[in-house]
Amino acid sequence: MSINRKELEEIAALAQLNIPEHQIEQITASLNQVMQMIAHVNQADTSLVEPMAHPNDAWQIIRTDEVTDTTHKTDLLKLSSHADDDHYLVPKVIE
Amino acid sequence: MINISIREMSEMLQTKKISVQELCSLYYDRARAFNEQTNALITLYPELCAAEIMHAQETVKSGGSVLAGIPLVHKDLFCTKGKKTTCASRMLENFISPYDATVVKKLKTQGMVTLGKANMDEFAMGSSNEHSAFGIVNNPWSHQRVPGGSSGGSAAAVAARMVPVATGTDTGGSIRQPAAFCGITGIKPSYGRVSRYGMVAFASSLDQGGVLAPSADDCALVLSAMTGHDALDSTSANQPQWQWRKPESPDMRGLKVGVISSWIDSLQDEGIKQLTLQGIEYFKNNGAEIIEIELPHAELAVSAYYILAPAECSSNLSRFDGVRFGHQTAQAENLEALYRQSRSEGFGEEVQKRIMIGTWALSSGYYDAYYLQAQKVRRMISDDFKQAFAQVDVMACPVSPELAFKQGEKSDGVSMYQADQFTIPASLAGLPCLSMPIGFSQGLPVGLQLIGNYFDEQTILSIADKYQQQTDHHLKMPEAYL
Amino acid sequence: MSAMNQWEMVIGLEIHVRLDTESKLFSGMKASYGASPNSQVSFLDAGLPGTLPVINQKALEYAIRFGLSVNAEIPEVTIFARKNYFYPDLPKGYQISQMDDPIVGKGHIVIETDAGEKTVEITRAHLEEDAGKSVHDKYDQYSAIDLNRAGTPLIEVVSEPQMSNAKEAVAYMRAIYTRVTHLGICDGNLQEGSFRCDANVSVRPKGQTELGTRAEIKNLNSFRFIEKAINHEAKRQIKILESGGSIIQETRLYDAEKDQTRSMRSKENANDYRYFPDPDQLPIQITKEMIEAQRALLPEFPEAKIKRYVEMLGLKPDDAEIIANDINLSKFFEQSLSQSKAPADLNAKFLLGEFSALLNAESKTIGDSNIDAVSYAGLLDELQAGSISRKVAKQVLDLMWEQGQSAKDIIEQQGWGQISDNSALETLVDELITNNPNQVASYRDGNEKMFNFFVGQIMKQTKGQANPVQLKQILEDKLKQ
Repeated sequence: MSINRKELEEIAALAQLNIPEHQIEQITASLNQVMQMIAHVNQADTSLVEPMAHPNDAWQIIRTDEVTDTTHKTDLLKLSSHADDDHYLVPKVIE
Repeated sequence: MINISIREMSEMLQTKKISVQELCSLYYDRARAFNEQTNALITLYPELCAAEIMHAQETVKSGGSVLAGIPLVHKDLFCTKGKKTTCASRMLENFISPYDATVVKKLKTQGMVTLGKANMDEFAMGSSNEHSAFGIVNNPWSHQRVPGGSSGGSAAAVAARMVPVATGTDTGGSIRQPAAFCGITGIKPSYGRVSRYGMVAFASSLDQGGVLAPSADDCALVLSAMTGHDALDSTSANQPQWQWRKPESPDMRGLKVGVISSWIDSLQDEGIKQLTLQGIEYFKNNGAEIIEIELPHAELAVSAYYILAPAECSSNLSRFDGVRFGHQTAQAENLEALYRQSRSEGFGEEVQKRIMIGTWALSSGYYDAYYLQAQKVRRMISDDFKQAFAQVDVMACPVSPELAFKQGEKSDGVSMYQADQFTIPASLAGLPCLSMPIGFSQGLPVGLQLIGNYFDEQTILSIADKYQQQTDHHLKMPEAYL
Repeated sequence: MSAMNQWEMVIGLEIHVRLDTESKLFSGMKASYGASPNSQVSFLDAGLPGTLPVINQKALEYAIRFGLSVNAEIPEVTIFARKNYFYPDLPKGYQISQMDDPIVGKGHIVIETDAGEKTVEITRAHLEEDAGKSVHDKYDQYSAIDLNRAGTPLIEVVSEPQMSNAKEAVAYMRAIYTRVTHLGICDGNLQEGSFRCDANVSVRPKGQTELGTRAEIKNLNSFRFIEKAINHEAKRQIKILESGGSIIQETRLYDAEKDQTRSMRSKENANDYRYFPDPDQLPIQITKEMIEAQRALLPEFPEAKIKRYVEMLGLKPDDAEIIANDINLSKFFEQSLSQSKAPADLNAKFLLGEFSALLNAESKTIGDSNIDAVSYAGLLDELQAGSISRKVAKQVLDLMWEQGQSAKDIIEQQGWGQISDNSALETLVDELITNNPNQVASYRDGNEKMFNFFVGQIMKQTKGQANPVQLKQILEDKLKQ
């Protein structure tokens, strides 16, 4: 398995990353090297195996429906480098 | 004074041979003095926290926790309220967490005193600590060499005794390998043993908090205080706090130790091979039974891991989008530019690479062949361990196929990934495992890995403690830091 | 028009139902509507690093209850998955939702259509967290983000594409609406977005079996708009197809003011959502006990209620339907029924007549009525006992609304009670007969019109409070003697 420039651009778009033009070749090569390595998983015959999502073989613990938290408005908005007193601000989104 | 155990320090505090202030200052001064050489800490607090010192003094006075008054540093991905939590990334360079991680809170309650935050590979992605936005950490045993990673800062800080103990996290070997490279003990407990709340996630189904310290007993004392179910972490095991029982004698009769000969045979480094064999021989001489076992699917572990961990990381790191916290690009024309620029400026090369690998492995067309297949391989490896633990109590194996390598030596990412081959299998299975020092090769420390059954931290720590009752590898310090 | 008849619509709906829980789906933050921007946002809701989700039990229970109400399969194990995409109102860069093993499997619901009853299959319903809100009119250059809604619990109910016109789609939406409001799992507030819908609309030539390319119309939150939006969208598609074009699979937004749909530019890129099991959560076990506990809480649904009202209580079918379809109205009705001696049909008529008129005049609904069911029952009893006329009852009702007093107190204070005491009326009638011998003689001679004179006199004397039925009876008896 290996990827080409177009596929790299698609991945970068999904991941919202910029790939500078001069790095495209190097990054493609580096990703392809990893892809080659990870392709080894396909050596295993897993036809009878259930996927394992988690090492903790237990059931989820469930929370009762209670309000246990209070507002953090000031704490949260001050973490953002672009917010006014009430909102986070992003470049205008046209829906 | 700087090379004594936590128990001994606690004893001195209780008998007033030293005060909390004096003990913490002693380490604080060392941390400040040695940070330039090691770069082990991203943040050294400007001074000791008066409130923490006072709480520690009161806890000591009331005869409370053995940990009261003991200084430590946290790996810089544990959120610390009101303090920087950078994950060694430009992305979080100025991020001040508004809350404490559960681990941080628990250790604070015990009266431990935080001196600062340890360097690491960015977002815990790396095995050399070369991927830190705040510079490479130097291995105290040899400054041109890496301390291992990703908890490299924690390991180097302990090796240089800038602190007696540090927290770390381990996703595929990130506690064990740096512990081995730096000649100290490091434990990654069973997945779910320690709450992940407030631990910035790399790969959620693999990440686990743990401890690095000179001895197994030090590690065990601190680990014990970190454990227990946390209502804020759904994946934390529904078990009470784990209690460490220090063994009285080094006797190992009745213990069944599993070894995988093919792993040892594959070692290219003759020094590591001999020390590993000697370590196993030691167990035998103390009465343990050595049993040959196999993990037939472990050879696929690295491949499976480098699908699963990046897949989870690609999603976990999506929250860093330049909107609510973290790095935001100076000028963005539109929303997409805001996202792309903020993320590309904020994340380092290795992090971006793993995000892309993970994004690809989860994308339509590749999900079944890669992500799902890797999950199946994970099951096979986990089943291998189950079969092995039907025969043995513990497994002994190498930590790393190599000694601490020179900085910049490994430009090829894949060869760095391959070097995780002995630590990744137990991570995939979620088993408790540790690395303990077993000697030196070419003047560099070598570790031995012990892997235990689920939630049996007691056995691996006991064996390490028994070994350390009769050996002093864990007490060796690099000369420059004596 | 003839060309239009050669096409048929295929409509499937995805309905988002906001579950009426105290706290959010995965955090202990308050989930209510209308707080000041970003004041109900936990560290998790803001996506802060290190935070982790912990599932809300009530949300699970509500989803199961909904599943049972639409005859759906409930699995033994359900899991959460992450849906990955970037959007400013999505703080974590992924939405915690469900892909495989949703909490509600295949089910069905019966709707009323012009052609009679029709069964619509429900593909699945899954739990997910809602996103925040973008405010676009605060700044010219920026969109402002409010995360209060982020993390509030939703179930998304997905139907099979089985509706063949907009009216059916509305009927289906109403049927689901009635279910969730009767179940008590959703407050049903359309303006606040507690119940909203995405419609997948496609058209195909009549007789064709394969589906045409669909467009998804987002965020419809009114029964009226959904009908208009679907009809508009179908027309748009037919127009394109008839002129030789083809439909692009896309997301569109309905503009109610212009009555048209337009492409959503922000959702232009066909997203690859990269669903995978949420590694922050373990599988959830749904036990038989959990399911049975929810089954025991299932209320009687309108269809059954209408039947019972008509057959057992003798209501007119139209009245029964109106009352049964409104959960608050039927609660009020049944509670007042149990507290009052008045027959059900009188209760229903007064409730849908005078009481509803009052509510309309006050712009209130039965849910926020000033008069509770018990007080209303008291009024019905006075009416039933004959102590007031229906006309007076309306006046009493008005005063009850204004003053908050009981019907009995108001009637007493106002002196509006009808004189129904036979002996009191007999005495009055006796006096009347004694004092008016000429008129009595005239009546007894056959001048039947004279009867009204006697009624009028007594009414005048009693200020209209004599019970007319009883008075008539007494007069007839006494005058014949």
